[in-house]
Amino acid sequence: MSTTPPDDAGPSPTTWHEAHESPDFVELRRRLRTFVFPTTGLFLAWYLLYVVLADYAHGLMSVRVLGNINLGLLLGLLQFVTTFLITVLYIRFANRRLDPLAEAVRERVEGGRG
Amino acid sequence: MTNPTATGPLLAQTAGGSPYLNMGIFGIFVLITMIAVFRASRNTRTAADYYAAGRAFSGSQNGVAISGDYLSAASFLGIAGAIAVHGYDGFLYSIGFLVAWLVALLLVAELLRNTGRYTMADVLSFRMRQRPVRVAASISTLSVSFFYLLAQMAGAGGLIALLLGIQDRVGQSVVIAVVGALMILYVLIGGMRGTTWVQIIKAVLLIAGAGVMTLWVLAMYGMNLSSLLGAAVDASGTEEILNPGLQYGMSELTRLDFLSLAIALVLGTAGLPHILMRFYTVPNSKEARRSVQWAIWLIGLFYLFTLVLGYGAAAIVGRDTILDAPGGVNSAAPLLAAELGGPLLLGFIAAVAFATILAVVAGLTITASASFAHDIYANVIKRGKLDDKQQEVRVARITAVVVGVVSILGGIAANGQNVAFLVALAFAVAASANLPTILYSLFWKRFSTTGALWSMYGGLGITVTLIIFSPAVSGSETAMFPGADFAWFPLSNPGIVSIPLSFLLGYLGTVLSKDRPDEAKFREMEVRALSGAGAEKATEH
Repeated sequence: MSTTPPDDAGPSPTTWHEAHESPDFVELRRRLRTFVFPTTGLFLAWYLLYVVLADYAHGLMSVRVLGNINLGLLLGLLQFVTTFLITVLYIRFANRRLDPLAEAVRERVEGGRG
Repeated sequence: MTNPTATGPLLAQTAGGSPYLNMGIFGIFVLITMIAVFRASRNTRTAADYYAAGRAFSGSQNGVAISGDYLSAASFLGIAGAIAVHGYDGFLYSIGFLVAWLVALLLVAELLRNTGRYTMADVLSFRMRQRPVRVAASISTLSVSFFYLLAQMAGAGGLIALLLGIQDRVGQSVVIAVVGALMILYVLIGGMRGTTWVQIIKAVLLIAGAGVMTLWVLAMYGMNLSSLLGAAVDASGTEEILNPGLQYGMSELTRLDFLSLAIALVLGTAGLPHILMRFYTVPNSKEARRSVQWAIWLIGLFYLFTLVLGYGAAAIVGRDTILDAPGGVNSAAPLLAAELGGPLLLGFIAAVAFATILAVVAGLTITASASFAHDIYANVIKRGKLDDKQQEVRVARITAVVVGVVSILGGIAANGQNVAFLVALAFAVAASANLPTILYSLFWKRFSTTGALWSMYGGLGITVTLIIFSPAVSGSETAMFPGADFAWFPLSNPGIVSIPLSFLLGYLGTVLSKDRPDEAKFREMEVRALSGAGAEKATEH
């Protein structure tokens, strides 16, 4: 089966339609969207806040915090930390909460192909 | 060891004193990668092999290759140099380049891998009218790849002057042609699999080299970042190097320009066709996810290194020495290497810099050739009725040669011109023409063919127009044509205008036109994208 290109003898429109309406798929889409949309909004807002501060609030960003390390550098490094953190959180979320559902939907569609 | 207070001419001598060593180390790199490419070529027969490396790379391998593709000479030499000279403002670039990967991770990589086969157009045209959308996506892919390619090749001239001591234009042109010819050879022989190995080898060398230098610099200051920063301040004679604003704080306009650049950087990455194409080289979406995970760790780590290298160069080499050197800002990292490890480390870093150009250009060339052969030739000209897949791969190879030759000629012509804006342009087009269209097609049910065409042609047209009439091209001292003045758009980075407009155009094109989306196709696409059902499998050899 793996040698058959899916476009040639793929599942029928009915199969896709049924999969699309299945509770597994509806739940999969809900979980994906409720994670990725707010997270994207959050990290973009945090990034923009940082850029605007670095761009317009030079005085504040130049305040020394630790030796020669100023607030600007700390916030910049914090961008690295949050990027790494979101990556780890998403990977864990996807492995645990998305993959099992995706597999169920996939089996439903591909199994129906016979 | 060179004298720390070396000035311009002495540096040229340093760099020129060991050009054979630099070339020798680069030769070893070429030899090793050639062996890898030849080995890879044994398994390159089908279209899936040529375009997508048989989808057989693991997520971690692909993640390393993505960092190899992404960390261009501009981000290696350019960012380290920008930090050394402009201080904090140089650091701002790297943050945009890194955070951008979250867009790819959360919204694009997996869904794209599940829905498409070889190109970005596969996904964009999935539920639309095939031919117009494919043509638009392909034009956008070719434009972004070409702008990026030209920027890389034009930068090669300065690098040659710096690292091989070749100052005359003819000599530089010969080296550009040799690098370009090598790249064409890699792409022709190894296809995507060979190109991927070149990127993996390059990424490992680059990150390892930068890592060693970072530890070295930190060790000189007792592993204390604060002491290093203090030394950078002492050497530069100004505390401002630690504070934002040195480069972009001049006026309200430069600040707005920077904001515009920052937006294009964060939204552009997930729309770069050569990055998107890399997601097809893994067997499934889970591996695509792991690719991005690895890429984020490696790219993040690398940018942390460049922070230390940049301030290290400011402290150890000194700002004035860097600015006086051939290659200017770009010479910071190589000069630091020479200070630390003498000619051998300089040779290594020089070879890595050339390898960087080679690998990035190869990735761009294979992307452009795949888009032309798969989207335009096979699906538009032959209307998807090509019996012989070999014919499509043959067209892709011919296209690769054409793209390679054009980029060599373009690189020679643009050598010495100020074309730094081309990278910003590539990111702005990717963020304007590609990203809105990708996101709308994946997530918005109503999105229609007209909407896709409006956002792609609109995004491309607006971005290119604004750049042409910007201070980057005319009307300023640093412009491409400093003598002319036909600029009316005040910003060098059009993203802040072009990106929202493109999103708006995609929306308006959809709601104003009469064409209805194919709902059955949308359901199929959504199920495919989220579950991976029916996705292309890895080929077996």
